[in-house]
Amino acid sequence: MKTVVAEHLIKTYNKGEVVALNDLSLDVEEGTVLGVLGPNGAGKTTTVRILATLLKPDSGSATVAGIDVIKYPEKVREVIGLSGQYAAVDETLTGWDNLVMFGRLYHLGRQKSIDRANELLERFDLVDAAKRPIKTYSGGMRRRLDLAASLIVQPKILFLDEPTTGLDPRGRQDMWGVIQELVKGGVTLLLTTQYLEEADQLADEIAVIDRGTVIARGTSDNLKKQVGGERLEITVESNDVVRTQEIVAKVSAHATHVEDRTISAPVSTGSVALMEALRALDDAKIHPLDIALKRPSLDDVFLSLTGHVAEETVIEPANKKKGRK
Amino acid sequence: MKYVLSDSLVITKRQLLQLARIPEVLIFSTIQPVMFVLLFRYVFGGSISTDQPGGYVQLLMPGIFVQTVAFTLASTASGLAEDMKKGLIDRFRSLPISRGAVVIGRTFGDALLNILVLVVMAIAGYVVGWRPTSGLLSIGLGFLFLFAFGYALSWIGIFVGLVIKEARTVQAAGFLVTFPLTFLSNAFAPTTGMPKALQYFAEWNPVSTVVAACRQLFGLQNQFGATANSWPSQHPLETSLLYMILLMAIFIPLSIRKYKNSSS
Repeated sequence: MKTVVAEHLIKTYNKGEVVALNDLSLDVEEGTVLGVLGPNGAGKTTTVRILATLLKPDSGSATVAGIDVIKYPEKVREVIGLSGQYAAVDETLTGWDNLVMFGRLYHLGRQKSIDRANELLERFDLVDAAKRPIKTYSGGMRRRLDLAASLIVQPKILFLDEPTTGLDPRGRQDMWGVIQELVKGGVTLLLTTQYLEEADQLADEIAVIDRGTVIARGTSDNLKKQVGGERLEITVESNDVVRTQEIVAKVSAHATHVEDRTISAPVSTGSVALMEALRALDDAKIHPLDIALKRPSLDDVFLSLTGHVAEETVIEPANKKKGRK
Repeated sequence: MKYVLSDSLVITKRQLLQLARIPEVLIFSTIQPVMFVLLFRYVFGGSISTDQPGGYVQLLMPGIFVQTVAFTLASTASGLAEDMKKGLIDRFRSLPISRGAVVIGRTFGDALLNILVLVVMAIAGYVVGWRPTSGLLSIGLGFLFLFAFGYALSWIGIFVGLVIKEARTVQAAGFLVTFPLTFLSNAFAPTTGMPKALQYFAEWNPVSTVVAACRQLFGLQNQFGATANSWPSQHPLETSLLYMILLMAIFIPLSIRKYKNSSS
């Protein structure tokens, strides 16, 4: 069953001058994770805001758990959890205060709100910080608290808008762990991200969006196949460039790309290709300065899907972007 | 609908918790009006002659009370705008809570803050020689008037905060509204000294009618005006009530609708 469905969504800002969504359609199968991948301004946040009833589309329709988001927003709000691009919690209050407040607003009652707050703080490893104002939290802690706040009533459907943007690698890892736990619990998740790696890690299916519309969709493996998988990248001394290029060409069987002293080419056999290249370099007595297998980045995906690099094309809702970066 | 009150109170509680965490806000929001009391009582007050028994301070205090509750309009507006900007309102709007609760709750919180500020002001007034001469009931009614006026104005603050959205602009816009309203009135000086056109404005100004109503309830005769012989200056109680009802009848539905439709 499709738990989240968006059909032909169109949304413009500034009286039609800025097109945020241009006939965007997507759906999420129950109990799966859809990663919505795209650069800043592609329409990710707008999509989430429409599905979470915060914004009305100019045209098109959307349902969440079979409920029309435009006609029955109140009903939708009862079944979803939303965690935004930056922590939407009260910064002057403590983590505990915030969670209890949100519990009360979900009408859990006083004792239940308190119990739930304690439970969530425990689960998200925030017990030590529970009585401190959010202001004093690190970026990762804020995000975890924000996520906790969206899980108070254990929603079956969760929207996470760029849950790791702005986090350091460690915070990102932690957040991924938390999200993976959630997914095991059976929620249906729609997650937006700018990072292919993140979508790869967390999503069952990926929808790539650009300029307000879905331009590709499929599993991570599928997408990578379209993009051409991994690239072998070797950097050598300038006088070895020509010989190295020959070696790379042989290993890759694709066109090579030379930039300065770095030679790269797509490879389909992964680490096998890497070893082959190393052996050949060794035989030729070339000492590489750097050698790596690079996974395709969002830019690579965009380049191969659209022929242009990921650019920031659209300004998202005026005061959405003014938050912390 | 059945959760309107309880949801609103949760929001109010949040505001009180905020105040408890940053007590500076409370301190500064009470220091400012106290400064006004001292300024007008001792700096300007000396050169304003009045035949009011008990002196200028008797006329001044009701004026300062009204000014103080009027100024909270700006803090209502900027507090709301701040929440909008931080995305907190988005989170509230994604919850299954009653529609007006977020804004209603804030007006409750500001009302409580107003009570506190009025108490501090009354004490400050007493210290500098303010002595209302009417009965206890009448004085209480005067404070009820002040409180109700502050509450009605906070709904304008809500609307301004929702429309302007940028906290610093809101603060400035709030003062742009409250400054002329409080000074083009009978609050600090007799309207008799003003040019005729201003005099009419000042006497129809809701700030003046509430000030006049309070003066009456606190037992004063001298109204610092009533020269234009306008209806409001002769019926300050009725006019003030009418203004408050009118303000709320306009701005409550307007603000709640604006809140529902606003996309952050």
